[in-house]
Amino acid sequence: MEKQQEHFSFDFFTGTPQIVAESADELKIKLGEFAGPLDLLLYLIKQEQANIFDIPIAKITDEYLRYIRLMKTLDISVAADFLVMAATLIEIKSKMLLPREPSEAEDEEIDDPRKELIDRLLEYEKYKSAAQMLYERTTIEQATFARGQIESDENNAEINATMFDLLTVFQKIVTRHKDEVQMEIHREEISLADMIKTLKKRLFDQIELSVLEFFEEMQSKRELVTAFVAVLEITRTESVKLIQSKTFGDIILKKI
Amino acid sequence: MDSSEEKQNRSLAELVAVVEALIFVSDEPLTTKLLAEILDEDKESIEAAVEELGDEYKNRESGLQLREIAGGWQISTRTEFHEDVRKFLKTRPSAKLSLASLETLAVIAYKQPVTVPEILEIRGVQSASAIKTLLEKRLIVTRGHKETVGRPMQYGTSKEFLIQFGLKDLSELPSIEDFEDLAS
Repeated sequence: MEKQQEHFSFDFFTGTPQIVAESADELKIKLGEFAGPLDLLLYLIKQEQANIFDIPIAKITDEYLRYIRLMKTLDISVAADFLVMAATLIEIKSKMLLPREPSEAEDEEIDDPRKELIDRLLEYEKYKSAAQMLYERTTIEQATFARGQIESDENNAEINATMFDLLTVFQKIVTRHKDEVQMEIHREEISLADMIKTLKKRLFDQIELSVLEFFEEMQSKRELVTAFVAVLEITRTESVKLIQSKTFGDIILKKI
Repeated sequence: MDSSEEKQNRSLAELVAVVEALIFVSDEPLTTKLLAEILDEDKESIEAAVEELGDEYKNRESGLQLREIAGGWQISTRTEFHEDVRKFLKTRPSAKLSLASLETLAVIAYKQPVTVPEILEIRGVQSASAIKTLLEKRLIVTRGHKETVGRPMQYGTSKEFLIQFGLKDLSELPSIEDFEDLAS
């Protein structure tokens, strides 16, 4: 078998751009630029200068599969989604090859096996363009600057707490209670999701919440851990601030 | 209601000046409502003052501009001067989002609230890492669960999204239908 050359290229028509790579690494980078199978398909359709409403399914499927095979040859892991699309294309291709029922061919609207794919491609194309629009917006936004923070009571007297400070408070409580005899009657262990829900609601109602107080309310070590994780999660996903007025003091969770 | 009945007795010029001062010190876009409350003026007067302020910046070709971002007013530098400003602040453009993240963000922005399977349907790929990135950058937030089988989590864009993309509100996004087959 002919030894694989390092120079790979796709040439569909003369005059259209080619994917040319001097090495496997370079091709890896070029392949990585596709955001998914739909992106790749759009690319192939444009390469073929094909009409998206009348996709030459056989040709496109073959090119797509060639591409996937190339990725595998180069030991680039092919995401499952690409393979699902390969299977879909093959299925459509085989449906197109089946002879049509004579009665259907006459005047009735035939179910084009490509229709669903075309609809998906058109829908995807819109969001791809929208993504481009968002990209352009960030380019503009990065060129404009608002004034930085001014010293005020809000952000001066209080020092923003770090995760380590949070951990310190947590540790304090664990130590404080480690000698306590565990209560005989436990309330039903609360799940993380419910803990987060409870915490969120309290925070929205009170705006400010003492982390120390919140932890003190927990009735078992497991609940305490769940509470701690809940506070971390809220800090990550919501608009909240952790504030600590005194070094090693209480930490306030504040909705911003 | 007699709209000329102002609670305060400021002239337009005075109001423009004090509005400018407040927007300047605020580190978040400042809403008309809040301005009206703080200054004890009615909404219409504030809106007139804001418009006048914006015009003033334009007319004298100021280095600053007044914009409506995330539902409030913000003073920021004009884009023309970004190079000099950047030199002064010694900042580099922050890392841009990947194509996958931008696509995911576009789907969420236009279809919110939206679930992961719904995003998969449109993009054709799993978007887990993109969603993680977007959450970390606070561009998206969770918006409860969809009441269908499995109760999947729903996502929507955040206020930070509006600020970072220079949007007044979501309606300022061009209609998704405008993106139909631009490259035909």
